[in-house]
Amino acid sequence: MDDLTAARVQMEMSLGFHMIFAAAGVAVPLMMLIAEWLWLRTRDPSYERLARTWGKAGAVLFAIGAVSGTALSFELGLLWPAFMAFAGPMVGLAFALEGYAFFIEAIFLGLYLHGWHRISPFAHWLCGIPVGLGGAASAILVVSANGWMQQPVGFTLVDGRPTSIDPMAALFNPAWSAMAIHATIACYAAVGFAVAGIYAWALLHDRDPDRTAYNRRGLVIAMVVGGIAALLQPLSGDLLARRAHEVQPTKLAAMEGQFATERGAPLRIGGWPDPNTRETRYAIELPQMLSLLATHDPNGEVLGLDAFPRDQWPEPRVVHPAFQFMVGAGTAMMALAVLWALLWWRGRSDGRWAQQQRLLWALVLASPLGFLALEAGWVVTEAGRQPWVIFGVMRTSEAVTPAGGVAWSLTGFTLLYLVLIVTLIWILRQLAHGNDREPVEAAEGRLVAT
Amino acid sequence: MATDLPIGLPELVAFVGLAGLATYAVLAGADFGAGVWDLLARGPRAGAQRNAIAAAIGPVWEANHVWLIFVIVLLFTAFPPAYAALSIAFFVPFHLILAGIVLRGAGFIFRAHGAEAAAVPSMWGSAFGAASAMTPFLLGCCLGAVSTGLIRVVDGRVLSDPLTPWLEPFSLACGALGLALCAYLAAVYLTLETDGELRGDFRRRALLCWLVAGAISLGVLGLAHTQAPRLWEALVMPRAAPFLLTALVLAVISGLSLLWGHFLVARVVGAGQVILLLAGWALAQWPYLIYPDLTLHNAAAPSATLWALLVTVPPGLALVLPSLWLLFSVFKGSDSVSDHRTP
Repeated sequence: MDDLTAARVQMEMSLGFHMIFAAAGVAVPLMMLIAEWLWLRTRDPSYERLARTWGKAGAVLFAIGAVSGTALSFELGLLWPAFMAFAGPMVGLAFALEGYAFFIEAIFLGLYLHGWHRISPFAHWLCGIPVGLGGAASAILVVSANGWMQQPVGFTLVDGRPTSIDPMAALFNPAWSAMAIHATIACYAAVGFAVAGIYAWALLHDRDPDRTAYNRRGLVIAMVVGGIAALLQPLSGDLLARRAHEVQPTKLAAMEGQFATERGAPLRIGGWPDPNTRETRYAIELPQMLSLLATHDPNGEVLGLDAFPRDQWPEPRVVHPAFQFMVGAGTAMMALAVLWALLWWRGRSDGRWAQQQRLLWALVLASPLGFLALEAGWVVTEAGRQPWVIFGVMRTSEAVTPAGGVAWSLTGFTLLYLVLIVTLIWILRQLAHGNDREPVEAAEGRLVAT
Repeated sequence: MATDLPIGLPELVAFVGLAGLATYAVLAGADFGAGVWDLLARGPRAGAQRNAIAAAIGPVWEANHVWLIFVIVLLFTAFPPAYAALSIAFFVPFHLILAGIVLRGAGFIFRAHGAEAAAVPSMWGSAFGAASAMTPFLLGCCLGAVSTGLIRVVDGRVLSDPLTPWLEPFSLACGALGLALCAYLAAVYLTLETDGELRGDFRRRALLCWLVAGAISLGVLGLAHTQAPRLWEALVMPRAAPFLLTALVLAVISGLSLLWGHFLVARVVGAGQVILLLAGWALAQWPYLIYPDLTLHNAAAPSATLWALLVTVPPGLALVLPSLWLLFSVFKGSDSVSDHRTP
């Protein structure tokens, strides 16, 4: 495996791994806060238990998120030093602001997770708020850096070197807003559906009536967060796709399997794009729909890959399936959210919706869809940006490290992350069954040898 | 001469970075040191030692860790060629450091939340401890290596052997010193967070580290003389020498305070000693980021970026420092800090 491919795979794997925990860092605090608020209001012990369990799960997920994020901050340079030498002055501000958000998140997480017995219940709940805000803020801020990579602004290229650098313009790049909204909402959808699936499974299999209320309440909170997010996503996605058409037409063309530039371009559902024959076969084509969505004119012109040199094409066989999967998963989640909401509303008084086997099974099956869609979405935007690392400015192949041995670091980190995932699943299952150890708390700030 | 350059914006930014690095060293460095003591927990109170360590670092380690992110981000924003060059020259040790950071965090959290009666948590406990030792050692090696002059950056190309600079005896000695200081700080801090015989355990460990760190320091200075001569010369000049001498004085005070049971003094002075050591090193290093080719000036990002970065610091710190104070006061507050003597 050559170094460029190894570097790309290592970066993709590190990012894909980190995304899961970053998403948890964004959304779990919100769910934790809702549960704890409901406990403070109703004194229903299920809510307290949910808040504590989600807090413990959150602790593990956040820790892995923090270290995998650190890995990325190193890997930006380790794998792509030429990119960082160029882009550092431009994207650095976004990362710096993200750093402050991390501080707030980590500090108040420490207070929240370890302060149950040390601060008043209301103060404890308040500590959860900066965790949620810090998480969301750091997600929004880091997307600014990626947005700049998609739409690089804030500098003038002179002899291949950036001059007249304007870091504020780079921070507020036009790609930022649509991407940030879509990426952040995705976190809530992913975590909401994942957690809902866990409680749906529990409702299907747990015969203990004492736990039914607990499982039900957990599911409701998860579905409220995930469902609202799932309903908002298509709106933000549409906005993002239209931006892509304006700014990165090769990406949109690859997403949609659009090889030929045409007016009244059809929307292709499914299908396999073949870059050799330059056609997308086996797709269900909805006439004029792509032009309508991309340009708001059913006869609008959509640029195809044909309009660009072959060496500037992203790989449509990666981008198109990923995009189709993401939209399909998102649509399924949306439909399920509506269905659940209807059944929940109708069965609110006695909770009979929680006995509907088919609904519960649908939730179980849909459980991974949010995270899968999140990862697929990032594949779309990153693979769709290729062959550029900075769109139109620097190719990925120009950015890779000259230090050899990337195959080794790739192997090492893949193994490391595999071990982490396996252990993590084991630990989360322990938490779910209540078999975990209580983290050691110092009593009154002092530990005495017995 | 490079040292005749005016002090300007890059120095200001570098100062902020140094402050971040020093904060990382005295906070997260102690977290690493605590992990070392976890690995080396011995005797009838081994379990209690581990519990004390877990309770001490549990609420704060993630927050302390963010200072490293702060320093890295500052480096790639303000001095991008240096970040790029270090990433190439330190491809191997940086990956090892990353593995250490990942295993340390994962090890800690997996052991804390794993089920009681399983071998898995204790395996992760060992990973936590070993990684806690490896990471500061390697960070120290890298810090030393930039002074050796073995990393050359010519025409934007990094010319350095992938293994040599950070495995030089001088670099290794810096790594060992870093590790010893982290272990020292941890043991000193833990004397304030324990009582009775447990406190005595950590006091003894701290005193041992004090001796070891002292010996290693002499080794570092001696090796600097031959392997980092420019650094050595700068260390003995009026610019940096006062910091080192004061650090030495503080080291002595810290050791004596430990001996006599004044643990709060030992903690404050111990942290002060580490800060002054780093400051002295930085002043001796100045203006070089990577001796001899990259300086603060030739590696600096344009002023617009440096200003943008500096502008974020006051509001950022205004948000972060009070929050940190809150965190530490809740978990390391006055009821857990005491000054009584050991029995």
